[in-house]
Amino acid sequence: MEQTTLTVSELNARIKGLLDSDPVLEQLAVVGELSNYKIYPSGHHYFTLKDAESSLRCVMFRSSASKLRFRPESGMGVTAVGRVSVFPRDGAYQLYCTNLIPTGMGDLYVAYEQLKARLAQEGLFAPEHKKPLPQFPARIAVITSSAGAAVRDIIRVLGKRWPESKVVLLPVRVQGAEAPAEIVGAIRYANRYQVADLIITGRGGGSIEDLWAFNDERVARAIYESRLPVISAVGHEPDVTISDFVADVRAATPSNAAELAVPDQTDVRDALAGYEIRLSQAMRKHLTDRRARLDELSGRKVLTSPTAYLDGKRVELDYLRSRLIGAGDGYLAAHKQMFARTTAALDAMSPLKVLARGYSVATAADGAIIKSTGSVSVGDALRLRLADGALRCRVEEKEEPHGRKEAVL
Amino acid sequence: MEEKKLSFEDAMQRLDGIVRRLEKGDVALEESLVLFEEGSRLLAQCSKQLDAAEQKVVMLKKGSDGAPVELPFESEGV
Repeated sequence: MEQTTLTVSELNARIKGLLDSDPVLEQLAVVGELSNYKIYPSGHHYFTLKDAESSLRCVMFRSSASKLRFRPESGMGVTAVGRVSVFPRDGAYQLYCTNLIPTGMGDLYVAYEQLKARLAQEGLFAPEHKKPLPQFPARIAVITSSAGAAVRDIIRVLGKRWPESKVVLLPVRVQGAEAPAEIVGAIRYANRYQVADLIITGRGGGSIEDLWAFNDERVARAIYESRLPVISAVGHEPDVTISDFVADVRAATPSNAAELAVPDQTDVRDALAGYEIRLSQAMRKHLTDRRARLDELSGRKVLTSPTAYLDGKRVELDYLRSRLIGAGDGYLAAHKQMFARTTAALDAMSPLKVLARGYSVATAADGAIIKSTGSVSVGDALRLRLADGALRCRVEEKEEPHGRKEAVL
Repeated sequence: MEEKKLSFEDAMQRLDGIVRRLEKGDVALEESLVLFEEGSRLLAQCSKQLDAAEQKVVMLKKGSDGAPVELPFESEGV
């Protein structure tokens, strides 16, 4: 038995050659479940595809992975499309995957559900972020295709309901790979240059692929970030896109968007007529009330008979005067009495009254009242004041209380 | 376009305020007359604006400096 000796590299190259020459392995689809799904910083995806008994190493390069419209996760059932070959460095064969299709549902549907869940969690659909629409928008930006039925419907309905609003069309492609970027650009442009008070963006009906631009995350974020309120109008009634969830108002159709954007001029004319009636009624009532008040005032006595008013005042004046005089008299009487009492008291204390009772007052030559024997000497001249006159006297002798006598020497 | 005129929305709001003020009835006679006159003027302005309204449709193109340039837009079948 001949035995061949090969290096490891030679063997791996030989096996790789065998596999690469198999037409089935060149392009096939493998059904299995994703596990150990990893996205490397390089952008390449590495994962294992397995079923109940076996597993298969897989790689998906960035160029293919970036085209995926959903986010693969471990546990997901998929059909992996690609070719099988050997990775010579590891001596391992693997599936070089070019596309992944979730089993059971279309990948667009999965992508839609995933994006919806993620943006909802992030708060992009939060009711408190919804902006109110202006009541009478002066300008309305319409971001859609300039060719479709949608733009015609919007312009027609706006013109019929509220021709007052100027329609500002920002034409964009609404399907195909370029559509999301164009829609995003138009929304941002409308905001930057404040070209309108309100934005309507959308398109007519179509397949889920046709509507796909309005399920694009970039479009959703541009709507969310718009300072101008956005009405989304994508497809027909049952179609609900991510844009519809993010928009401030969701319209079922483009025509419906126009209806939501502006009031109907018939209603506004009715409202104006209502104001006109209320205004004149209020004014009439105002004037009637004034007139009634005037009549009531003019019915009062002061206006019908001015002299009666003066008569009244005169009576009041007389009364006041009498009260004043009365008060003055009382005051004087009271004071007269008090004066009499005071003079009586003063009178009682008068030295003249004391003298009248038999006392006298002695004064020296200088007029000082003599209160002590010590302040006079024998021979001094004194004046004795009596009730009815005075006596001039001379001191002949001083009598001390202890009996000591001092006579004129 | 006339400038510095009240927008339709502002005019309607002002009108609403005037009617409510007058209906409350606690305004002086002279003021009520002024309000009534202004209200009548606003009513006339709004009606006139509605009667004269003619839909304008333009298409925006980005000018060379980035600022928008208005082009006429004729949509077939409108």
